[in-house]
This record gives sequence, C-alpha cells and structure tokens, in this order.
Amino acid sequence: MTEFIWWVFAALAIGGAAGMVGGRNPVASLLSLVLTLFSLGVLFVLMQAHFIGVIQIIVYAGAIMVLFLFVIMLLNLGHDYRTDIRNVGWITVGSVLAGFMFWLIARTFLEFEELAVSGPGVLPEAAAEEHGVVGAIAMTLFDEYVVGFELVALLLLAAIIGAMLLAKRRV
Amino acid sequence: MEQLHDIGALTDTAFFWTSLVKAVIAFLVVVVAVAMMTLAERRVSAFIQDRLGPNRVGPFGLLQPIADGLKNFLKEETLPGQASRLYFVLAPVLSMAPAFILFAVIPFAAPLPTPWGLVEMIVAPVPIGILFVLAFSSLGVYGIFLAGWSSNNKYSLLGGLRGSAQMVSYEVALGMSLIPIFMIVGNVTIPEMVWAQQRSVDAAVAGVAPETLGIWFAFPLGLAFFLFVVSSFAETNRLPFDLPEAEAELVAGYHAEYSSMRFALFMMGEYAHLLTASALMATLFFGGWDIPFWRGDNMVVVAPGIVAGAEPAVWKTILTFFSFAIKTLFFAFVFIWVRWTLPRFRYDQIMDLGWKVMLPTALAYIVLMAVSILALDSLAVPYGLGYGLILTAINLIATFVFLYLVDSDRVIMGGSAKRPVPPVVPEAVVVDREELIGAGSALTPRDRGEE
Repeated sequence: MTEFIWWVFAALAIGGAAGMVGGRNPVASLLSLVLTLFSLGVLFVLMQAHFIGVIQIIVYAGAIMVLFLFVIMLLNLGHDYRTDIRNVGWITVGSVLAGFMFWLIARTFLEFEELAVSGPGVLPEAAAEEHGVVGAIAMTLFDEYVVGFELVALLLLAAIIGAMLLAKRRV
Repeated sequence: MEQLHDIGALTDTAFFWTSLVKAVIAFLVVVVAVAMMTLAERRVSAFIQDRLGPNRVGPFGLLQPIADGLKNFLKEETLPGQASRLYFVLAPVLSMAPAFILFAVIPFAAPLPTPWGLVEMIVAPVPIGILFVLAFSSLGVYGIFLAGWSSNNKYSLLGGLRGSAQMVSYEVALGMSLIPIFMIVGNVTIPEMVWAQQRSVDAAVAGVAPETLGIWFAFPLGLAFFLFVVSSFAETNRLPFDLPEAEAELVAGYHAEYSSMRFALFMMGEYAHLLTASALMATLFFGGWDIPFWRGDNMVVVAPGIVAGAEPAVWKTILTFFSFAIKTLFFAFVFIWVRWTLPRFRYDQIMDLGWKVMLPTALAYIVLMAVSILALDSLAVPYGLGYGLILTAINLIATFVFLYLVDSDRVIMGGSAKRPVPPVVPEAVVVDREELIGAGSALTPRDRGEE
C-alpha cells in the first residue's frame, strides 16, 4: 500500500515538474509546481519525516507559491505566452545545466555505497518520546544548532527590513 | 480506580475496517451538518431580523437543504465564454476538499472499547496533529484564487485576489496564535491537547501519561483564543471579513460566474470550513470532547490499545461526542450570529488589522507566554490547575491591554480619525447668477450657461 502511494506521488511530482517547465501559461506552470511540492511533502511523510513533509506543504505549497501567484497576477502575466526563451543560446544553457544535474543524480545512484551516509542517522529517542515527532527536530535544532538557527533568523529579519525599505522608497 | 486499562490494540485488518467506517461516517455527518448549516444560517438570520425564514419544506423547514440540493442539481451549468475550462471546473473542488479533509484529524469523542480492541474516535491520529490543519487550510487559497482567475471576469478576479491576500495575511496570525498551545502542551498532536485540558487526575497517572493543566485553554490562553477566533473568521471569509465576495462591490466576488452544483460546492466548502473552524475552537480552547467537572471521561491513549486515566466505556464515548457536538455547534452559531450583526470592514482596514495588529500582537504574546512559562517553571510551580490560574491572570491583563490599545481609531483607521478631513461644503449657497456673470472671472463656460 505504502509503495503504491509512493509510486503515485513520485509520478505526480515528476509530472508536475515537467508541466511546470513545459507549460505555456504562467498560472498553469505555477499550479504544476504546487502539485510537485505537495507530492514531495507526501513523499517526506512516507519516509517517516512527518514534520518536514508538513512544513514542505505549509511553507512551499501554501505560502511561497501564493506569493508567486501574486507576482504573476500583479504583473499581469496571467495569459498565454509564446515562450521567450526559445532560442539556441537559452536551449544550450538549459541543456547543459539539466545534463549536469542529471549527471549528479546518476552519480549518486551509481556510486551509492561509497556516497552512503556514514552510519545510520541518530534520532534523539528521548525527545521523540516526550514531544512526538516535533520533539526530535526541536531538541536538535534548539540545542545543538541553536547558533546557526538564530543566525538564519537574523538573516531573514535583515531581508524583511531590506524589503520594507525598498518598498517604502518612492519610485 | 485503576490507572491503566489495557483494552487491546486493533489488528491490522480491524484497524483498516474501523478506519474506513470512521472515515465514511465522519464524512456523512459533516455533509449533513453542512446542509443543516445552510438552513441554520437562514433560520437564524431570519430570527435576528424578526422574520420566519424558510419553514415550508418539512417540519421546521428541515427538508429545505434537500430541496436546495435538488434545485442545484437540476439547474443549468454555465461556463463563461473565455473561461479556462479546466481551472474553472477544478476551482470549486480545490476549495471544498481541504475543508473536508481537516475533519480527519479532529478527535470527536473519548476512545471506544470494542470487542476487537480500542478504537480512537478520530479518523486519522496523525503525529503532526495541528500542523496538518495549518497545511491543508493554507491550500484552500488556490480554490478561491483559481475561481477568480479562470472566470475571466474583473469582479471575480478582484474577489479572488482579495480572498487570497486576506487568507495569506491571517494565516500568519492563526499559526502564531497556536504557538502558546504548543509551549504549554509540549506536543502538536490534537488528542494530547485535549488531554492537557482535562481536569487534573490522580497523581498515580502522572508517571504513565503526560501531565494535564486541568483547565480549558480558553482561560490560560485567553488572548490566543481571541486571536484565533478573529483569524478564523478571516480564514473562512465570513463577515466581517467577507471582502472576497462583497456583494455591494463585486457582484458575488470569486464565484460570480458559477451556477448550479459548482456554485453549491463553494457554499459547501464555506460551511465545511466554518464547521472545521468551530470544531477547532472547541477542541483547542474548550476541551474538545471533555465534559467539564467530571472525572469519568479523563482518559488518554498512551499506547495502542492502552488507556490511562478513567476506564473507557461505550456510554462515555456517546456522552463525550455530544459534549463535542454541543461546543462545535455553539461556535457555528456564533459564526452566524456575528455575520448578521456586524458590518463589513473596508479593505485597507482588513489589511491593517492583519499586519499591524494581529501579527505584532501574536508575536508579543508568544514572548509574553514564553517568559511567563519560563518564570513559572523556574519558580518550580507545579504543572496543574494553579499553574493554569496564574496564566489566566496574566492573560486577563494582556487581553485588557490589547483591547484598550485597539479600541476605536487608535490603530485601525476608523470612520473619522487620521483621515484627511474633507473640506466642508457650505450648505446651499445661493448665488445671484447675474451678479456672478457680471463679475466675470472664475466661472466656467458651463456655469455661464454657454454649453
């Protein structure tokens, strides 16, 4: 059953990604991307990473994609476009990049054993016992990696303030 | 009183079948409840406006939803000429499905002992609990947005844009208002939140089950409840936040081009969302299926098939279900009551409220609650009723301060304050026309009657 669900959502994720790249209409592309991100969330859940899966849906499928939506709507791109990256230069660059990515993924598969993570991942069992699936992540995040977490928070804060500053400037 | 009751875990087959039965029953109950909500909305609005409302079909008009449904099926389905067909058809589905899915994670009664083992009265006891609710309610935006965009209609598009902007804005405050609950409960699963609100049980349970606060969270987290209610109203697009479909400005907003069953799907989505929000208010802040002042229902599933606390029984499950239903229906009634009492916000007021009031308040409140909890823990106050009462006192003060600060025109621009005062137009100035023309100068040709 789980395997069947995995195949369905893996296919949806790839189909959505293909639709995103191939779609002519920006809104259709965006919805394909939402489908991909949602399917990725489901795949995370199937790997027992419940928290990551649900955050994937909340943050990417739910929030960031809505922002994309606003950008598309407010720039009035909501209509079919003849693609404007259809010339030799772009196709070459795109193919090279796609080939490189594919090579990376293929390499991971082929050299699986050498690249395998050293030792099994260690979950703080006690935290998970007391606080459920969020405990395992929270205890690591706010204990071991708290400095990095705070730094990221600061970075985001700086980005917010910067965005506000830019938006406030009279153009 | 024994503290641990081993009812026995379900086998895989039994789990599959009980889950299936629970899912089907929950779905049917929600569909019927949604149908009844449409009737309730009309009857309550009639009551508020001193009318009778629909009372012809069946006793008290109870069969009216069936008549409405039949009418919706028989009406013609319209498809605007320039609409993008796929998205036009997809939109109502996308707007209805998330609201229905949310019911899967809400526990609606105490665990039920059966011959095959213990059945939890929740369709899907997911380990991520309330985050599941946030995830799927955030997907509800796409239905509204797509409906507005694919209709190829200016009013629909404006309604869709407003709806998505509003839902995204208030989603933030909604999520933030739940964080104090996480801090108090220490977990995100909904059954554990219900357990934490139940009355403190014997010390003997303390070792085997999570500790309880013994007080409904509406008291120790009063301000969070307030923020949650306001955000829920905005999330469900109900008055006073129904800007996406403001009739006076946008015809019918995002669903202006929809007819028959597709339109009905939007309505079902809206009422299902309303019911979900009511159920969440009841569950997160009013004890869920907990019956107040009674210890017989204080139980929690600590492992598959094992219950800590009181002994589960069939009649307890039924009683607690009624407790849950009464609380949920009360909040559904409040939704209707508010709709027919309050006028609509202006759009800038909604955005101001969302970003300048709700979000900063929620953030400050998180800090306040974190500090309070840390202080209480440092002072070694035992986790329990006393702990809850101290938090209640802190919340009363915080709520008063908050309400004092948002009160009339301080932050939200009201009818008069902070807006440039329009120049006073003198009442009926009588001008001697001839004299003015004689004076020449400042008149336009039209004033001189030359047009």
